[in-house]
Amino acid sequence: MTARARVFDYVFLVAGLWLTWVLIFEWAGPEALSPPGATLQRMGDYLTSAQFWPHAAATGLAFAYACIVALIGGLLLGLALGANRLAGQVGEPILSSLYSIPKITLYPVILLVFGLGISAKVAFGALHGIFPVALFALGALRNTSPVLIKTARVLRLAPVETARTVLLPAALPEIVTGLRIGFSATLLGTLIGELFASDQGLGFMLIRAMEAHKVLDIMALTLLLFAFAVSANALLLVVERRVHRR
Amino acid sequence: MIRVRIFQLGLVCAAIVALELLCRLGTIDRFTMIPPSEMTRALAHVVATAPWFWPDVAYTLGNLVAAIGLSVLGGFLIGVVVHAIPRLRRVLDPILTSYYAVPTFVLYPLLIVFFGIGPTSLIVLGALFGIVAMIVATVTAIDRIPRVLLKVARVSRLGPVRTALLMKLPAASPHLMTGLRLAVAYSVIGIIAGEFILSTEGIGRRVALAYNNFDNQTMYGLLVLILAFAIALNAALGAFEQALHRRWYRS
Repeated sequence: MTARARVFDYVFLVAGLWLTWVLIFEWAGPEALSPPGATLQRMGDYLTSAQFWPHAAATGLAFAYACIVALIGGLLLGLALGANRLAGQVGEPILSSLYSIPKITLYPVILLVFGLGISAKVAFGALHGIFPVALFALGALRNTSPVLIKTARVLRLAPVETARTVLLPAALPEIVTGLRIGFSATLLGTLIGELFASDQGLGFMLIRAMEAHKVLDIMALTLLLFAFAVSANALLLVVERRVHRR
Repeated sequence: MIRVRIFQLGLVCAAIVALELLCRLGTIDRFTMIPPSEMTRALAHVVATAPWFWPDVAYTLGNLVAAIGLSVLGGFLIGVVVHAIPRLRRVLDPILTSYYAVPTFVLYPLLIVFFGIGPTSLIVLGALFGIVAMIVATVTAIDRIPRVLLKVARVSRLGPVRTALLMKLPAASPHLMTGLRLAVAYSVIGIIAGEFILSTEGIGRRVALAYNNFDNQTMYGLLVLILAFAIALNAALGAFEQALHRRWYRS
């Protein structure tokens, strides 16, 4: 596909989204939705206003901690379970059940355990992100082609050498996919955490706007969060595709 | 396989017993968590005595069925259309790949303005959560139909309808099943989360209410119910999916 065709695709996409937005706005009215132009303007106001950045920093800090816990914890868990065949078979269904439960119902439990504040947000974010990371790491090790493992044995590689030169490179693409999905899930969890019990952060700003029914503020914040999530995801996708192609 | 199941059962039982001991010994205090044995007793109590239990279960399940139906059927149809028009697929690709990276639930207040507080916004939210997984799975499933099957269909002079029903649908079914399982899981999450945040009825709402009233007994009882339901549903669909995959790829 040529670069020009791709640019056209993006133009179509943006134009289509814009048109949908305008049509829904026309249909639903300003009670439900704010028009695109005003929303973008409010977004710009936020980015230049002084009270916005402390909230963004609070969210960023909680998200960063949650990411560290979820990504490193998930990797360790997944690799540890994936290294042993039996442990993998036992752990995989348990992890996938934990992944599929509606974690929002556990929110009261998290609050009771961690109290209000940043630790609850971090815990809730990490709870969302850790399972996909672990599942993908586990799957990556389990699906390593048996030929590679046999080759390592024939070459008489020590276990550490096998892990470093054979298993890790073979599993890397899947692991990166897991990290990307874990990243998004952690962001989701952190934001939900802020939505309910918090006195700062973007989630808190959002719930305050909801309670005051300021449609323009809700839309502008939503759009900001969408833009952040989509661009972070796109960046990670580029990395992921590069790793997969190798 | 039996050994794996025994280990799994042992692990889950050990975790529950450990939790029970920690609660009984007071390491976890009663205001934080009640012992698992009391959770099940509280659930039994709620089922037996609470007048709202069955109506709320029916409300949640009804919404769930509607959301799953919408997301699976709608996702399948949209997936077929998207696959049939390559241009559309390329244009929509960024949306499909980043959809689950976006916190969709922030749209919930807007849905309420559209559809009002009530089942419709919940169903739409649940369906919105699940539908993209089904679209992506449908597109993948059609991609993965072996070419040779289509040639066999042509050689056998099957019409388009019979090719679709006799060749394409069975060949695509394992991947469609994966989409179905994901759509169901996401719809469950969407419905329960929606009830939890902004609803006047339903089991998710009851959990939030119990939490607000410091009624740990009811809250943990209902949590056990919701988690058990989600896990059982996921396990059943997962087993069915694996059976389909095995049957299809055995040869």
